[in-house]
Amino acid sequence: MENLIDLEKKINSELTTKINKTSIKHNQIFVQIDKEDLIDVVLFLKTNKNFKFRQLIDITVVDYPEETNRFKIVYLFLSHEFNQRMIMSYFINENEVIPSLTSIFPSANWMEREVFDMYGVNFKDHPDLRRILTDYGFEGHPLRKDFPLTGHLEVRYSEEKKKVINEPVKLEQNYRNFDYESPWEGTKYIKEISETNDKKN
Amino acid sequence: MTKKIKNLNLNFGPQHPAAHGVLRLILELDGEVVEKADPHIGLLHRGTEKLIENKTYMQAVPYFDRLDYVAPMNQEHAFALAIEKILKIDVPIRAQYIRVMFCEIGRILSHILNVTTQALDVGALTPSLWGFEERETLMTFYERASGSRLHANYFRAGGVHQDLPAGLENDIAKFCETFPKIINDLENLLTDNRIFKQRNVDIGVVTKDDALDYSFSGVMIRGSGVPWDLRKSQPYDCYDQLEFKIPVGKNGDCYDRYLCRIEEMKESVSIIKQCLARMQKGPIKAFDGKISPPSKKEIKQSMEALIHHFKLFTEGYRVPEDEIYTAVEAPKGEFGVYLISDGSSKPYKCKIRAPGFSHLQSMDYLIKGHMLADVPAVLGSLDIVFGEVDR
Repeated sequence: MENLIDLEKKINSELTTKINKTSIKHNQIFVQIDKEDLIDVVLFLKTNKNFKFRQLIDITVVDYPEETNRFKIVYLFLSHEFNQRMIMSYFINENEVIPSLTSIFPSANWMEREVFDMYGVNFKDHPDLRRILTDYGFEGHPLRKDFPLTGHLEVRYSEEKKKVINEPVKLEQNYRNFDYESPWEGTKYIKEISETNDKKN
Repeated sequence: MTKKIKNLNLNFGPQHPAAHGVLRLILELDGEVVEKADPHIGLLHRGTEKLIENKTYMQAVPYFDRLDYVAPMNQEHAFALAIEKILKIDVPIRAQYIRVMFCEIGRILSHILNVTTQALDVGALTPSLWGFEERETLMTFYERASGSRLHANYFRAGGVHQDLPAGLENDIAKFCETFPKIINDLENLLTDNRIFKQRNVDIGVVTKDDALDYSFSGVMIRGSGVPWDLRKSQPYDCYDQLEFKIPVGKNGDCYDRYLCRIEEMKESVSIIKQCLARMQKGPIKAFDGKISPPSKKEIKQSMEALIHHFKLFTEGYRVPEDEIYTAVEAPKGEFGVYLISDGSSKPYKCKIRAPGFSHLQSMDYLIKGHMLADVPAVLGSLDIVFGEVDR
């Protein structure tokens, strides 16, 4: 744990103005930055001998549709040398274009394509920004919270046209989302496994 | 007069036995040399992450079986650990040993499949026949513990679903005695085999730096000489109490990765043995009645248990607002779950980090300049399973 506090201090002292906020949770360091500083900060943390965050683990987005800055872009880094993980994030609104990390980490290529595909976030200077997981010709961004779980189109093979066709989704029964939430709190104590109960049976 | 020669575009897959599933690879060939490879993925995309957002934590577990379907329980492990860390629950020691044991069985399952199909891709049929017999035995262990051979749905936040049935421990112990001989048999067929070496040595070489830059993990990074294994460096469950070695490659080629997998299987057998030796009778899930469902016996006697049971299987347990990334060393590499909970009984966001995704991404880098016949060999050594790449 001490290592992590050291790391937090170092990040704050080395990058002072570029870091908005740092915190430690679950043995991981969470860093908030501004979109404009992304390339500088990442490049510094990758090359500096005190950090060596050499590996980009993943890029993802969290969608908060009610907020004005609805997308939280999250980068996960790993430093093998110091055995540390860092989670870096910033917020953007729906139409903002964000810088691509492909020049620093070649592996960012597909991760950014996936983010583009799933959330519709655009990247500047990405060499090959195409959809990746969804079908050819797919419309919409499925992981956005306002995209319906059942989707818009379904495919089937049409005997007449002799090819696979897209049709609007028709379901015998619509997806039902029951609200099970209740103020049920129950007891606070932890149950004991009692010997006597077992013997009765 | 000069003739203009145009590069040939070859469509490899999605239905090709050496594509290891539904991979569509568009290759640009100059003669027999591959100039460019463009993998098209997503043919098995099921929207797992979206589905998980709409299910309770307990209902989300089976989706993890369907990611890397050759080693299902390793994925469940990452998800269970993420919830446990947020809820701050301790897992009983017996449950930890059971989970680690089944994760290692999963590792053997996955490595047998990979080693033997890689051999199949380069022309050896026998290893797969021998290997699959052992996989079948291992899957019956899965079945006896969880009820199904593949989609186990066995791990829970706080432990495992139910205790091992009588006699299973003995049978796994027996398997641990006979299996090393099978590994030796496989090695006899492959390790010094001239054709196997010709097809794999110095093919698909990855340097240390590139392995890091391309976000490799697992065998792919260890084959290139980086001693990195999450079981050792960031131990979870009871891995810190077990003794095992991490095999590391030297040259970073397909052959070294094959050797790493063989050695890892031997280590896995030793880990399973240690788990069996240390396992004591005891509880197999967390005591907290708010998370673990009560036993059938209790439901018959206690009203409170009945209410808990009903609420756990309708509303599910609630997880306080938090954000966490947990990773486990799955057979294919670092499998991670980035979980955001919002205090309700469903995850707000669950990003799955699949090792195969970044491995497959490097296909272009790995295959450039190699011959067309090397494509299956490299693809085989990447250990790709489309369930997890496409999610």
